[in-house]
Amino acid sequence: MDLEGVKFAVNPFDAIALEEALRIKEKLGEVEVVVATIGTEETVEQLRVGLAMGADRALLIRCADTLDSLAIAKVLAAVYQRERPGLVLMGKQAIDDDSNQAGQMLAALLNIGQATFVSKLELLENQQRARCQRETDGGLETVTVNLPAIITSDLRLNEPRYVSLPGIMKAKKKPLEEIGLAALGVAVAARTRYLKFECPPPRKAGVRVKTVDELLLKLKQEAKVV
Amino acid sequence: MAKILVIAEHDQGRLKQATLAAVALAQKVVAESGGSFEILVLGQDIGAVLEDLRGYGAAIVVSADDQRLCHAVADKYAGVIAEVAKQRGINLVVGAVSTFSKDVLPRSAALLDAGMLSDVIGVSAVGGDFEFRRVMFAGNVIATVTLEGAVKVLTVRAAAFPNAGKLAEVSPIVDFPLTDLALPAFTEFGGRETRQSGRPDPTEARVVVSGGRGIKNAEDFERLIGGLADVLGGAVGSSRALVDAGITPNSLQVGQTGKVVAPDLYVAVGISGAIQHLAGMKDTKVIVAINKDLDAPIFEVADFGLVGDAYQVIPELMEKLKK
Repeated sequence: MDLEGVKFAVNPFDAIALEEALRIKEKLGEVEVVVATIGTEETVEQLRVGLAMGADRALLIRCADTLDSLAIAKVLAAVYQRERPGLVLMGKQAIDDDSNQAGQMLAALLNIGQATFVSKLELLENQQRARCQRETDGGLETVTVNLPAIITSDLRLNEPRYVSLPGIMKAKKKPLEEIGLAALGVAVAARTRYLKFECPPPRKAGVRVKTVDELLLKLKQEAKVV
Repeated sequence: MAKILVIAEHDQGRLKQATLAAVALAQKVVAESGGSFEILVLGQDIGAVLEDLRGYGAAIVVSADDQRLCHAVADKYAGVIAEVAKQRGINLVVGAVSTFSKDVLPRSAALLDAGMLSDVIGVSAVGGDFEFRRVMFAGNVIATVTLEGAVKVLTVRAAAFPNAGKLAEVSPIVDFPLTDLALPAFTEFGGRETRQSGRPDPTEARVVVSGGRGIKNAEDFERLIGGLADVLGGAVGSSRALVDAGITPNSLQVGQTGKVVAPDLYVAVGISGAIQHLAGMKDTKVIVAINKDLDAPIFEVADFGLVGDAYQVIPELMEKLKK
């Protein structure tokens, strides 16, 4: 797929995850918020957005290859071992690939708990556990998960703040560390190989009807669905 | 030769129909390239679901019945699925697209060191391995993809695999012993809040009536969208805007980040038709759009479009349908 000239932006679910981390920091005080991503110098801009929103420091894991979810989870597992965070917040899915896998895989690799599609988060018992409301097909579910855990954000968790000008100025002074996969001690490659991309056939243009009677006639006699 | 494990999904003993799409994929692979498939049911007191699944041609139906599995908590479920797959020499684990599968199966995949593909809509055997087709970019791209590794995990879109046909109920039920298996306990289930409406789930209904920004509050949604759905014997759905506004529950959201539906009839009422919404419903057979704005993009995908105010059109439609 030709992505030349495409402008990349922070995944909205990741912005929600970061916003939640910032709110936890604002509430508790003694919290460091680190933003991390895997990519190239083109990804630095997104990390700067994270710093401008309020993260304390940023970590760019240098990798020019396109990784799949399992490879990403393995890289993030190495980052986790290096940073030892008390909580990992991630977006529930990327909005290009739509896979919705990496967070759950990371939790498995680390053998820690997970709460996915979270729309409400509350830290309990001196940050030992987190009570999470999850958006599931059957409705809202509540789970309490031991920390550290992987928590993935859904749309309703919060509304991310805008980046302010002072935020952008401050971000320039915040540390942004780059680290290679070799330095992290991981060797990964994607197992998924994309052979071909196609556009699904477009739906054929329909007709406009003027009245409810005409609509009912079409549905009954032409489409035969009512 | 493929040995497939289908993960059955159920809600308090009632089989989710989408499971049968995963069964249909397994049947297709076995019919075309040999091998066999098994169906795994996890939970507590799952007898009815096990019986239900004996008639689809599975070599066996595996029962993981344990008190610790009474709620579908990812750490426990993923652990059991990975253990069953390992012990039974499985190389393809398949589930239907749902929040259950999205939560549990990636965790199983990582435990099995297996790659995973989400939203699969096609599979074909090519030179001893498989080529899969999957949906990405909010449904705007269909990719053909291969996946390396001895074990692969998939979620399949229900619309792409019409429900499996039922055969004689012959598959034996085999217990998978769990008593000696240590299961993680990172998570404590607290409960589930459902607004009982008596209507079907939008992913399982033949007709879905969906409301968007054109509907102003919860009462109007129930009266107009719920009312029309009841007349048509269908389910209700919602655009993201109404969920964000607190008018509808999240479980009704149709779209890229919500549910994907493909009913025979989808009635979009006061929905503008952003691509994120279209991603969740454009495989519908017949789309009807009702919107005040004659330039709304929903009209570009609708088979039948009616420009008008939902507050006038829907009551008239209900009235005339009842006759």
